[in-house]
Amino acid sequence: MINGKTTFLNEVASIPACDKINECVQCGVCSGSCTTAEHWEYPPRKIIAMVRSGMKDEVLNSNSIWYCVSCYLCTARCPRNIKPANIMHALEAIALKEGYKPPTKTTTMYRSFANSIEKNGRIYEFGFMLDYFLKTNPFAALKMLPLAVNLLKHKRMPLLPKSVKGKDQLNKIFHNITTGGSR
Amino acid sequence: MKYYAYYPGCSMEATGAPVEKAIHAIAKPLDIELMELEDWTCCGSSPFSGVDKVKAMAITARVLAQAEKTGLDLVTPCSSCYTILREANELMKEDHKLAWQVHEALVSVGLSYNGTVNIRHIVEVIYNDVGLEALAAKVKRPLTGLKVACYHGCQQVRPDYGFDDSELPNWLDNMAKSLGAEPVNFPLKARCCGSSLVISETGMAIDLIHKLLQNAQDNGAQCIVSTTCPLCHTALDAYQSQVNSQFKTKYNLPVLAISQFIAIALGLDEKAAALDYNVVSAKKLLAPYFSGKASLAKAESAT
Repeated sequence: MINGKTTFLNEVASIPACDKINECVQCGVCSGSCTTAEHWEYPPRKIIAMVRSGMKDEVLNSNSIWYCVSCYLCTARCPRNIKPANIMHALEAIALKEGYKPPTKTTTMYRSFANSIEKNGRIYEFGFMLDYFLKTNPFAALKMLPLAVNLLKHKRMPLLPKSVKGKDQLNKIFHNITTGGSR
Repeated sequence: MKYYAYYPGCSMEATGAPVEKAIHAIAKPLDIELMELEDWTCCGSSPFSGVDKVKAMAITARVLAQAEKTGLDLVTPCSSCYTILREANELMKEDHKLAWQVHEALVSVGLSYNGTVNIRHIVEVIYNDVGLEALAAKVKRPLTGLKVACYHGCQQVRPDYGFDDSELPNWLDNMAKSLGAEPVNFPLKARCCGSSLVISETGMAIDLIHKLLQNAQDNGAQCIVSTTCPLCHTALDAYQSQVNSQFKTKYNLPVLAISQFIAIALGLDEKAAALDYNVVSAKKLLAPYFSGKASLAKAESAT
């Protein structure tokens, strides 16, 4: 806390699995290991340094964190066990919650993914992809057409969602955890 | 017969069909009974952690609460489900505030979770509970001489839940060997296929898939034997044509999930091995084994 306000660092450290961010020694193993590092404007080590310096807008307006593919190479190798992949996902969640709008389309993809779970109880792959393309660039879906046709042909892309009874219970869990005071 | 609670995960109902159908085909011959959780819901996978971590863990906890009621080990074939289930299980033990938030939400719908579920990947179950010797003893159609690149993927071995080696795993190689095949050197065997972002960062993911296919082919593989993760399998199999159009390549490398590979070696037919579901057909490559000519040729060359 600084002047009664929660710092960016504390906001991140309070998210489950992110409490060890203070123990990072900036060795750079995460950046050196990252599968997609070439795409990051600020690679993982730098992101962690920026979070600790309070550079909230720079971190959350950047595409960098959204390139994390959850391969956990950084996390398996981190000598301080700080779980960089979890920190990147925590930052993504803060960006979405607080209305930041980095240029990446992955923000929309994650929302479509979450909506599919809330609506169907399970990921309904065809509907999730359709929702994503309609919200971003329907023409980009044309590029995916050959793939979709191949999957349809091989009976791997059912066009209708499965009705899952458990979805009502899942939605109650969603509702109750939000009203119960999420972080 | 050993009994397990089974959680297939959402992708197994669609893109993961070949992997899933073959799992059910080999379960009985391997003396394992997979009892699917009733009315299961999504585990949340990694994207939900990028939306809301506490909610994400609550979604995962519903699956764990259901599994706990069975008193059995919980087995999943999807590496993404495996990692997130393990993570939720560990985090709720370490982070008491999280555990309490999730607990209250579960109790409000009449569920509870006490942290007792043992979460396992089906590859690990086959490796440890069935075992390589028993596997080899059940082989009726040895895949002798077939050069395979064994793709373990990322979330099966990482972050690191004591499953194989997190850098250079070899369990799939050992399994392929006990089925008669010859695993080739495959340095990228535990590198990521990028499928979690293949929808929104298609070009980036296709680049990663390309590197994997190239590495397998350059090392002389005739096909890839992949883990049971439906995301890995789809990336390597169904997206191969996208790689070819983006990189002007001509890959035609069949990708068999280890469940399909075991089904073939156990002597099951093409239908049980779900070969029709693969986008890159493996039928031509496997024809000598189905007709029995491969073993004859091998026997002749041995004499």
